Amino acid sequence: METIADLDWLLTALVFAPLAGALVMALFPQDEEELHKRLALLTSLVTLGLGVFLFVEFDYDNAGRLQQFVDWDWIEVIGAGYTMGVDGMSLPLIGLTVLVMPLVFIYSWDHIPKPGNAKAFLMLMLILETGMIGTFVAQDLILFFVFFEVVLLPMFFMIAVWGGEDRRYASLKFFLYTLFGSALMLLSFLALFFLTTDPATGEHTFNMLVLSESAGDGIVRSTQLIIFGGMFIGFGVKVPMFPFHTWLPDAHTQAPTQGSVILAAVLLKLGTYGFIRIAIPMLPEAAEAWAPWIGLFAVIGIIYGALGCLAQTDMKRLIAFSSVAHMGFVMLGIATLTDFGINAAIFGMVAHGLITGMLFFIAGSVKERYHTLEIDRLGGMLVQAPKLGWILGFCAMASLGLPGLAGFWGEFPAILSAYNPAAGIPEETFRGYMVVAAIGTVLAAGYLLWLLQRTAMGEPSEEFANDPEITDVSTIEWIAWTPFLFLIVLFGVAPGLIFEVTDPAVVESLNNCIQVGCEVAGG
Amino acid sequence: MSALLAASDFVRPPIDWHAAAPELTLLAFGALLTMMDIGWLERGRKASSVLASLALLATMVPIITLAADGNDRTMFGGAFVVDNYSLIMKAMFVLAGYVVVLLSTNYIAEGDYWENEYYGLLLSSILGMVLMASARDLITIFVALELLSIPAYMLATWRKRDLKSNEAGMKYYLMGVFASAVMLYGMSLLYGSSGSTLLADINVALSAAGDPSSVVVLGIIFVTVGFAFKVSAFPFHTWAPDTYEGAPTPVTAFLSVASKAAGFVALMNIVFVGLLGRDDVVEPLMWVLAAASMTVGNLIALRQTNIVRMLAYSGVAQAGYMLAPLAVYGDVPETALGAVVTYLVIYAAMNLGAFAVIMAVARKTRSAEISDYRGLFHYAPGLTVAMTIFLFSLAGIPPLGGWFAKFRVVEALIDANNASGVVLGIFVAVNSVIALYYYARIGLAMWGEEAPDGDLSKVDVPVSLVAAIGITAIVTIAFGLGLVVGDFTDVSLVAASGG
Repeated sequence: METIADLDWLLTALVFAPLAGALVMALFPQDEEELHKRLALLTSLVTLGLGVFLFVEFDYDNAGRLQQFVDWDWIEVIGAGYTMGVDGMSLPLIGLTVLVMPLVFIYSWDHIPKPGNAKAFLMLMLILETGMIGTFVAQDLILFFVFFEVVLLPMFFMIAVWGGEDRRYASLKFFLYTLFGSALMLLSFLALFFLTTDPATGEHTFNMLVLSESAGDGIVRSTQLIIFGGMFIGFGVKVPMFPFHTWLPDAHTQAPTQGSVILAAVLLKLGTYGFIRIAIPMLPEAAEAWAPWIGLFAVIGIIYGALGCLAQTDMKRLIAFSSVAHMGFVMLGIATLTDFGINAAIFGMVAHGLITGMLFFIAGSVKERYHTLEIDRLGGMLVQAPKLGWILGFCAMASLGLPGLAGFWGEFPAILSAYNPAAGIPEETFRGYMVVAAIGTVLAAGYLLWLLQRTAMGEPSEEFANDPEITDVSTIEWIAWTPFLFLIVLFGVAPGLIFEVTDPAVVESLNNCIQVGCEVAGG
Repeated sequence: MSALLAASDFVRPPIDWHAAAPELTLLAFGALLTMMDIGWLERGRKASSVLASLALLATMVPIITLAADGNDRTMFGGAFVVDNYSLIMKAMFVLAGYVVVLLSTNYIAEGDYWENEYYGLLLSSILGMVLMASARDLITIFVALELLSIPAYMLATWRKRDLKSNEAGMKYYLMGVFASAVMLYGMSLLYGSSGSTLLADINVALSAAGDPSSVVVLGIIFVTVGFAFKVSAFPFHTWAPDTYEGAPTPVTAFLSVASKAAGFVALMNIVFVGLLGRDDVVEPLMWVLAAASMTVGNLIALRQTNIVRMLAYSGVAQAGYMLAPLAVYGDVPETALGAVVTYLVIYAAMNLGAFAVIMAVARKTRSAEISDYRGLFHYAPGLTVAMTIFLFSLAGIPPLGGWFAKFRVVEALIDANNASGVVLGIFVAVNSVIALYYYARIGLAMWGEEAPDGDLSKVDVPVSLVAAIGITAIVTIAFGLGLVVGDFTDVSLVAASGG
């Protein structure tokens, strides 16, 4: 695949700008909170500016090719390169990241969770941003791995220090699960490295472009299946896929609002992105063999997540379980191995990031006002805080996949794609999955409307009826939330904005395997 | 006199003074230190730590000039070799020794201990290590080993009025001497079956035969057991936790890093040079030692409540990771050697750093209990960040150095392209997850809990400790980010084996 290299500094600047900001913040003492908030916001706005510049510079006619490509030496002794590039698959996710972070910093203006220390809290989020953007632009497996792991420590500490009652348990669980996955993932990367040679140089390589082009050529099928298995666990834990999902509800419930938002909006996408960027293009044959299992775990996740939601009594935990279900749709789309399904999956990632991120913001604000998230004790939000209630209603509608809002374009095409999976994948099985997934959407409507009914409708409970703390949406919340709401509507009415960018890249990544004759064609 | 000389047929072997300069510098400064004690008595006390650090910095000069020169040098018929590998290890020992001096400065000065003797012994132990890096002969290896061990036994009992310190030194001494005896017996078996003490000759003699004779197997096992003690690999680790806990903390840092690394260097010399052709015997032995050390070390570390004991058991596990490449060294000698060397260097930085923070914290809490690390973040954020860096580097989380070390190990294991390598690779992966639990638990205590009794008074950290923490943290992160330093550890011993 041809690459385009025009501005070799842009991606490096984009990735490391947040880190630079964090280092600058480290120079100032802890008690100057205002300064730290300003610096963090400024850094994220600069990063957003660089991101916008990336969108402007992006050549949309060549969205299938890697752009702003750089390939420098890095750790020569292990053959790892500093290779970065952006194509239509990563661009929307980078956009999501650089947009969400400033909004989170705005929200943090008067929402620094206990026990305070804005400096450390904001610095960790900036390091997190570097890791997330880096993962989406890395085109070298080792570079990818390092960025993929860089997010672990900041998120661990965000939950462990600023989290809820059970934060120790939740943060350790999150850390151990993801580390287990990534350890196996690294073994797979190494196996792939030693079994593939770069035709141009005759040496082993971690270059993702080369590995995608060789697409597992020359690797014995059984070995391919094992390597894919390692990646499956590595990325699957992060997604999280059933049965590796159990860390997610705990992490989400215990994390501070900002942590939950980042986790839902961006972090979970690292796993699904890994599938479409690494696992499938590099080992298409194994992907084909694994596809029915991925699909199976995806639909189990959809149903299990939905049933889990119906059983929750805590609003935040309910939203966390809905994440499991939504990521199930994304994984179902990916499992079809068709361009249609994977496009839907990328859309689903962005949509889920916006909608669920927004829902966690609301949960945070509800918790702040009511000091509880127990659904039974809430109620009558539309009376006491009508705007907040309406926003909750809006997001619930978006989340259940109402046409005209972003959620619809993530779910519906994913289900549809299962009707006609790629050649070589058992059609009947996937049609069965399709039916199950469709039932999942009904359940989704059920738990979301039920949530809305119990929290927003009716009369306020006696406990909170005259509570002066229960106020409507504040200015800072409006500033932080409006872009989310706007984009949910925008992508709902104009889904082509994303599909047109992602499609060429998805087709390109699937094309690679056609060239080596593995018959995973677009559907 | 000259008549006597003429009568003997002894010819002094040619000496390459440049090649021997690092050892000679250390020796000269060590002698100077002792002379100063004799001449100045009490007045020399204050100067001794300065002189010791000068000695180590001065030793770096010939190491650097030798590295710049770039030629491999051989002396004494091949018993003493200076090549890239030995220079890197020498530099590591000297710099680790320098950090240990930084750790010791306040500890020893404030504790009313004998300072001159302390630094004198430290320097002679480092001299043994520096010599070990060049030793390519069984006798040289043994002399170097005793030269580095005997001062270490005494250093471990430095707090001589403390019962635990005496216990530490005694255990270390008895176990150490026992292991030396076993190893010496193994060496004599190897000598007996090959007819030479030179490692290169041994390799040629032992590789020639088909199946190894039982004498050779026994010799290899005994030698390995001797070094397994030195590197505290399971099941020869039992001295480590008690010795680490009882010894003065700077000495513990020295034992857990430099002494362990010296054991590895000796093991690598013997295995990569002397036994390259006998991987059929050595590999299974190393496989079992590696797998058992990492698993048992990690499982026991989970239950520790004292951070020094925890680091002792984590050190057993880390020794397991470092032994792992030796389980496939016959297939991929260069990758395996590079992996162990990389691991040793990074481990030295992160473990010394961790001990530096432990010493800084102990200045306030007077304890090494993990429960006393609660709430550290609230009154010593700098130390907390440093400790976080070191602990999570030990756990192997990018972008901290430890990941690169583990990566090199796993790379070697997978590169061997056989089932035993892959299975051991999975051992490493699973063990890394187990290990994260106890490292992260300390992270949680430091960051996420309240300080005991709400005591938020600051920790007074002396300059030398700040310097030690700074140096080790920079090295740890530089390796983790894959800056140029990683390429230095790309060394080879294959040519030296004569095979």
